[in-house]
Amino acid sequence: MRKITYAQAINEATHQAMEKDDKVFVIGQGCLSPWYVGDTTKGLVDKFGEKRVIDTPVSEAAITGVAIGAAMSGTKPILIFPRLDFMYLALDQIINQAANWHYMFGGKVNVPIVIRGIINRGGEQGAQHSQAIQAIFSHIPGLKVVMPSNPYDAKGLLGSAIEDPNPVIYIDDRWLYDEKGEVPEEIYTVPIGKGNILKEGKDVTIVAVSYMVKEALEAVDLLRKENIQAEVIDIRSTKPLDQELILKSVKKTQRLVIADTGWKTGGISAEIAKRVYNNLYKDLKAPIEIVALPDLPAPASKALEKVYYPGKDNIIKTVKELFNS
Amino acid sequence: MVRYKDYHKNLLGRSFLSNYMAENISKEILIKMYEIMLRIRRFEEVVGEYISKGEIQTPCHLYIGEEAVATGVCLSLNKEDYIFGNHRSHGHYIAKGGSLKELMAEIFCKKTGCSRGKGGSMHIVAPEEGLLGTPPIVAASIPIAAGAALSFQIKKEKRVAVVFFGDGAANEGVFYETLNFASLKKLPVIFVCENNFYATHMPISKILADTNIARKAEGFNMPGIQIDGNNVIEVYETAKKAIENARQGKGPVLIECLTYRWRGHVGPDDNIQGTHTDIRPREELDFWKTKCPIKRLKRILKISTPQKQKILKRIKKEIEEAVNFAKESPYPEEEDLLKDIFK
Repeated sequence: MRKITYAQAINEATHQAMEKDDKVFVIGQGCLSPWYVGDTTKGLVDKFGEKRVIDTPVSEAAITGVAIGAAMSGTKPILIFPRLDFMYLALDQIINQAANWHYMFGGKVNVPIVIRGIINRGGEQGAQHSQAIQAIFSHIPGLKVVMPSNPYDAKGLLGSAIEDPNPVIYIDDRWLYDEKGEVPEEIYTVPIGKGNILKEGKDVTIVAVSYMVKEALEAVDLLRKENIQAEVIDIRSTKPLDQELILKSVKKTQRLVIADTGWKTGGISAEIAKRVYNNLYKDLKAPIEIVALPDLPAPASKALEKVYYPGKDNIIKTVKELFNS
Repeated sequence: MVRYKDYHKNLLGRSFLSNYMAENISKEILIKMYEIMLRIRRFEEVVGEYISKGEIQTPCHLYIGEEAVATGVCLSLNKEDYIFGNHRSHGHYIAKGGSLKELMAEIFCKKTGCSRGKGGSMHIVAPEEGLLGTPPIVAASIPIAAGAALSFQIKKEKRVAVVFFGDGAANEGVFYETLNFASLKKLPVIFVCENNFYATHMPISKILADTNIARKAEGFNMPGIQIDGNNVIEVYETAKKAIENARQGKGPVLIECLTYRWRGHVGPDDNIQGTHTDIRPREELDFWKTKCPIKRLKRILKISTPQKQKILKRIKKEIEEAVNFAKESPYPEEEDLLKDIFK
């Protein structure tokens, strides 16, 4: 099968969705820019025109409301945020409005919107251009949250998000944009709420999210050399969570490390740990460990970034500790 | 401090005191205006009575006094046009043609309510009539209505979206952001500000540096018009023109309707100074009662007493039926709790 990059997969999924359905449109800051959102919106305006590819004023709250209103009125917007950090300005619209609307109006009006937020860490960008806030959205009833870790899922999950009649937060990561992988040319979907075992192993389960999946897979190869067979689960959706898949794996391995791109306190990792403990506390041979960001804003200096962002070395170290205890 | 005198001064020289000629409007429409305004008035009075009796507990923001705005605007719309409301939207719902039974049942928080008992008074909906929702977060529905207008534009449909919001919303950033975007894209959306001079308990002169809300449109290269919101004919004519322009692709308009709520921000209390809610001078309310939109229309409406009696009787019956329906309806059941989170 042909290989394309993660960014190309997002771009292709968008092109194909807009070709298939003329109600699908793209709106958000940067979608007419040659660099602001990577190559993910390349070529869209040439094919579909500025009526369906709408770059916007810097008005996050209003533009999000506009996209929500358009969604409930018969079109299918893909709303883009070039940084997740900017989504805080639109939280009333995302949480109070998009997430609640269907429930608070008795199921009469739904909001079929895709809200695509891009994590863009590192590069000495500092605290307000680097955040990974999937935990905030996963906390909210009425939202679904997906985080693809590879090109195949990037295309398939975007397809599912567009087809879904509910608000879906689709979070991609710039650190993955150049990753290449096999991607079918035709439209397909990856189900929301289903995780994926990317590597089988018997000794320990590593549940990873988004970019940390890549780090986990690299860690696994190194751990094999030390005779530790790790199983890697890419959860793909932080909400709904594929609890069944995680429990089945941990039941077998009896050890769990969770690797998240968010902060440690109150994160997705804490939720996974709680569910595994509740169900499998008698089976666990070691404490559940979490590899995540320290509870700090992102620093700018690359000297500090190196310490701030965990990677495969942190995963390896954490896994090994489980066997020493 | 008697604030109503300032308002009065503000309105003099404008159309507020003019006795608008109703020559261009058919008698049929005038009678409809009268009937809709009365329906809203009576409905709200009955809701107030049940709040006082303790039978309604959901917070209700009554529309009494402001009936001309919803009535005049909604009569200018087609059924397939969309409206969006706010926390004070019983009037918008009724004017757009929503079922009284389902509205009353929702206010009683029953399973048969328009939002199946999940919304209460502040979250009401009638998509079949074009009311897509009434979110009570101040100004929240302003961009959402612009988005509905954007979808009409993308689908090349000649439909219009209207959003109703209060003077308090003119303090929200999202209001200004939306005016800019809507004007920029010439969206078919009408912004209807119901300026009742109070944001909850705060007189607008204490929270707006410039209390002329219509004028704010100028900065966004959009027409803004301040009108007498207690004159249903003026509201109707202004809205009709704005809506037809928007339908032709000429872009949005901000209409500021000067009006007044007879009751307090929430509940049936009138918030008169010297009472426990101690907010407004008695003479201010008395002044506005002389501007009652229903009485003013009645003065120029030439219909016979039997015809009036017939309308009154019909409304009375409709509301009685709505109350009975609401009272007899079951509450949502436990299993309903988990329904409707996702479609």
